[in-house]
Amino acid sequence: MTRRSELRGGLRLEAHKALPLRHPVVQLPAPRTVVLALDQGSGQESEPAVRPGQAVRIGTTVAAQHGAAAALHSPVSGTVREIAPRPTLRGTGRCIVIDNDGRDEHDPALLPCDWRSLAGEDLLERIAAGGVAGLGGGAFPTAVKLGLARRTGVELLLLNGAECEPWICCDDALMRERAADVVLGAEVMLAACGAARCIIAVEDDKPQAIEALDAALATAADARLELRSLPAVFPLGAEGPLVAAVTGREVPHDGLPPQVGVVCQNVATAAAVARLVRDGMPVVSRVVTVTGSGVLDPANVEARLGTPIAELIAACGSCADGERRLIAGGSLTGRALDDDAVPVTKGLNCVLAATPADLPRRGAEMPCIRCGDCATVCPARLLPQQLHRAAQLDDVEALARFGLGACIECGCCDYVCPSAIPLTARFRAARERQRLRDLERERAAQAKSRYERHQRRLAEQAEAEHRAFDEARRRARGDSSTGTGR
Amino acid sequence: MSSPAAAPPHVVAGFTVPRVMFQVLAALVPVAAVHVYLYGPAILWLLAVGGVSALACEAIALRLRRRPSRDSLRDGSVLVTAALLALAVPPTLPWWLLAFGIAVAVLIAKHAYGGLGQNPFNPAMVGYAVLLVSFPLEMTRWPAPGGDWDAMTGATALDTLRTSLRQSYTMQEIQAGPAFGHIGATGGEWINLAALVGGVYLLVRRIVRWHIPVAMLAGIAVPAALFHMFDPGAHASASFHLAAGATMLGAFFIATDPVSAATSDRGRLVYGAGIGLLTWIIRTWGGFPDGVAFAVLIMNLAVPLIDRYTVPRIYGHAG
Repeated sequence: MTRRSELRGGLRLEAHKALPLRHPVVQLPAPRTVVLALDQGSGQESEPAVRPGQAVRIGTTVAAQHGAAAALHSPVSGTVREIAPRPTLRGTGRCIVIDNDGRDEHDPALLPCDWRSLAGEDLLERIAAGGVAGLGGGAFPTAVKLGLARRTGVELLLLNGAECEPWICCDDALMRERAADVVLGAEVMLAACGAARCIIAVEDDKPQAIEALDAALATAADARLELRSLPAVFPLGAEGPLVAAVTGREVPHDGLPPQVGVVCQNVATAAAVARLVRDGMPVVSRVVTVTGSGVLDPANVEARLGTPIAELIAACGSCADGERRLIAGGSLTGRALDDDAVPVTKGLNCVLAATPADLPRRGAEMPCIRCGDCATVCPARLLPQQLHRAAQLDDVEALARFGLGACIECGCCDYVCPSAIPLTARFRAARERQRLRDLERERAAQAKSRYERHQRRLAEQAEAEHRAFDEARRRARGDSSTGTGR
Repeated sequence: MSSPAAAPPHVVAGFTVPRVMFQVLAALVPVAAVHVYLYGPAILWLLAVGGVSALACEAIALRLRRRPSRDSLRDGSVLVTAALLALAVPPTLPWWLLAFGIAVAVLIAKHAYGGLGQNPFNPAMVGYAVLLVSFPLEMTRWPAPGGDWDAMTGATALDTLRTSLRQSYTMQEIQAGPAFGHIGATGGEWINLAALVGGVYLLVRRIVRWHIPVAMLAGIAVPAALFHMFDPGAHASASFHLAAGATMLGAFFIATDPVSAATSDRGRLVYGAGIGLLTWIIRTWGGFPDGVAFAVLIMNLAVPLIDRYTVPRIYGHAG
């Protein structure tokens, strides 16, 4: 069901994007060793397709797509050293370690394709083979998403250039410099998913990106493509709020955007698709914002996948003195990092080296005073104050009634809470408990049915034995009765 | 160089409960100033007694409950309770009676239920109600503005209105009396104006959202206007009700206490309207001079019910 829906809630945050955007995207030299995490950000690992000692070139497939993990390609030419656990964004994960021979030779199998002559299904295959994944942060395989959209029959391809996190500006830089790629990628994706039109949604605090896209759209002269500017409100870049703001439709809580005729893709993903069809180059690098007062010269850098974050920071001039926090992603939804050795992945859009001046620490937690500021900013229209109470009591029924499942973990409620309650973390924990409980219940149900089947089998067996015994006795009696000659 | 991993978000607005509370106290300054102008400096003494006894009660309660006392004493919430109660009672009230009211508010209404954030009833109004039913004489004698207390203490405009209407005086006759000012009560109308100024400040600073004050004022004004329209001889006008008693103080400072109020926007509209309507009903047909305190306490009772039926439609969920 669809109903008209406006964006509600959200935060107007002060942007910190000017410094990295002062200069064009910096091409970072390839590191001597790349560490390719099999989990590029989607939470699942791809299937390694190389062995230690094997020679690879730029673009050689090193891991095959596996579920929600897209195919992975070597970003350098060289030799596979090992496939081993290494520190990654999510703690530790299996990585393919490749020693760079410095020659930067391309795999000869990489060929551009004439996408206009390809059928939608073939294009999807091509996009899957090129390892294209959600570069907005989700790193979900683009071909899977577009394929689902194609099968569902969506009407609208929504390109997400909102980029609402206050520190991240890699998409902004990319739209300014590669607007033509974004537009070409949009056309290719339209052909792949079968949608009738495409809206490129950009927040209105990016006038230069909007100008560049306007020019690229004029050149492309494709009437199906349209540029839409949106108010700069966090978290408009999240899928649900974005769909609501652009189309007025709401994604059902138990569904996906294709159910309301929309498929969302990030603008950087579109540019990656363009590069794939035009140059034959799979995703082997990405633009990352390196920013915060912990670096001397914040910049957007294009880094090969597998480059350690430490090298990104070093390239921007690390100022190591004083306390600083490393965050992968934005200040609201990013992940705190313990280790600067973790490698760049497809899902990494920003490295924030924040000093206490950038991100003041939150104060001591106080009791909730039910002020309701959290409800005012919640884009999912939840009542976080009520959810919080339910989470504290672990009241399953209340958690469901107040819509725990609809929380998108944007962090807006935390941001405004005068009592400094870590609401988002509490909700995530409550969800985890819920998941474990569901798992437990499922396991119990399985065990119960197994036990019942076992009991039934035993009963049947006993019954059969009983019958066999009776039968045998009757037969024996019959035999004896015939023996007595009555 | 790295620090322990923390959960997102990594940034907060930095607006804290103490800052909320001190903004509320700041917004009460105009009310206190008008109070001093009308009734003399007695209110400053009451505010001081109220503040000290409130902090003392808070410290005792925290100690008894074995809670760390420093942050809770500094959060300012108990000072807001004290200030509201001190401004709600007549300035002639003996200081020890105020201290008793504060003790009831802080020890019983707040801490017996679990302290900040847990009290189902507005503590200041519990204190007020206990004082009113226990010491009705002391609690209902207001001095005439600017006058000599001993000579001039008497009934308030709302009081006079109710008793006179029962004696079949008409509104016109009653309003010619000394307790009545330009629109509301003499003095009372200026207090209400000052509370309105402070309330607008709270709205502008986004300490208070508009739902409860607007709904409460409408809850008083709409029935008052209707009854006044049909029977102007027996019912005071809406503007009189808005400018008399604790209307504005109630709408912006008392009913808006978030802890004991309904929590969704729609719920707050219902809650505020209920307080307004009950206030008007108690003033019109009840036995007490003003109805704000009882209206707030009654609607506090209804909050769980209101909250239950005013959950907003969640994104992605059908109506």
